Amino acid sequence: MGKISNEELLQKLTAQFGEAIASPVEPYNLLTVETSREQIMDVLGWLKTHPELQFIYLTDITGIHYPEQTGKEIGVIYHLHSLVNNVRIRIKVYLADGDVNIPSATALWKGANWMERETYDFFGINFTGHPDLRRILNVDDMTVYPMRKEYPLEDPNRVDKKDYFFGR
Amino acid sequence: MSDIQIVDAPPGIEGSGFFATSLDKAVGLARSYSLWPLPFATSCCGIEFMATMGSHYDLSRFGAERLSFSPRQADLLMVMGTISKKMAPVLRQVYLQMAEPRWVMAVGACASSGGIFDTYSVLQGIDEVIPVDVYVPGCPPRPEAIIDGFMNIQKLVQTESLRRRDTPEYQALLAKYGIQ
Repeated sequence: MGKISNEELLQKLTAQFGEAIASPVEPYNLLTVETSREQIMDVLGWLKTHPELQFIYLTDITGIHYPEQTGKEIGVIYHLHSLVNNVRIRIKVYLADGDVNIPSATALWKGANWMERETYDFFGINFTGHPDLRRILNVDDMTVYPMRKEYPLEDPNRVDKKDYFFGR
Repeated sequence: MSDIQIVDAPPGIEGSGFFATSLDKAVGLARSYSLWPLPFATSCCGIEFMATMGSHYDLSRFGAERLSFSPRQADLLMVMGTISKKMAPVLRQVYLQMAEPRWVMAVGACASSGGIFDTYSVLQGIDEVIPVDVYVPGCPPRPEAIIDGFMNIQKLVQTESLRRRDTPEYQALLAKYGIQ
């Protein structure tokens, strides 16, 4: 069984979903496509259950924050791996800040549970339909989402943490 | 003349067939050469401590033979490594479960001050949650430094009164941390 090329994969995706698959790029030969919140569950489910592609392994769910992209500030990123064909795909969904709801992938993969909890913990993305959406790594009483780029960088003039204070 | 080194007797009154000293000093001597550490090792300093426990540096020479991973009967809490804010209540609980007399040693930059991890998730020094007796600098400190810190603890143990817990200073210190 030969490895499925990215062109072939993209062709199959666009044949199935048409306009819902946007801006395909291939950084480091990893096919990356964008889709919308309405389509994401269909795309994931189709990739998982497709008899030939069989993207049965959800590698990771994570988030990203681009404060300067108005209307597309918060991104949710899915990495899928086909153990059968040994090929990977990355799917991105961009959401507007202030409307960060996206359907939970726990309906398809049980393993999405903790990944989504982590993404919620750091980016504040609300996965609707998640069975138990609470913080997983940070302390429970934290009120901020630390991986969002809305906090000023450390004061560069600080000296109390310089190396020579630590014998380095 | 043998080369066996014996610990000097504490100051006291010597005569033929008897030796008189204060109970504080005798008990302090016994305590300081039989400290039972509780290693609370979370990161790289813990690895450095393993080297300290190994045959080359051999912390057991100082009477710290029994490393206890339980607060029961442990005298010395050795905190080695980064303590995150999520770990802080656990550390505090371990400290509270230790019986008096108890001492605390913060080993390395992270336990002492948060070290290079100047972030939202890391406790900036364990002295925010529990009182500390000795700080060992270094990132990570060499085994010699850990042993030096340990010997400083021994000096403390030898020189402090038997009823440390009853002194107003100590009670004020614990009250500051909300422990009583």
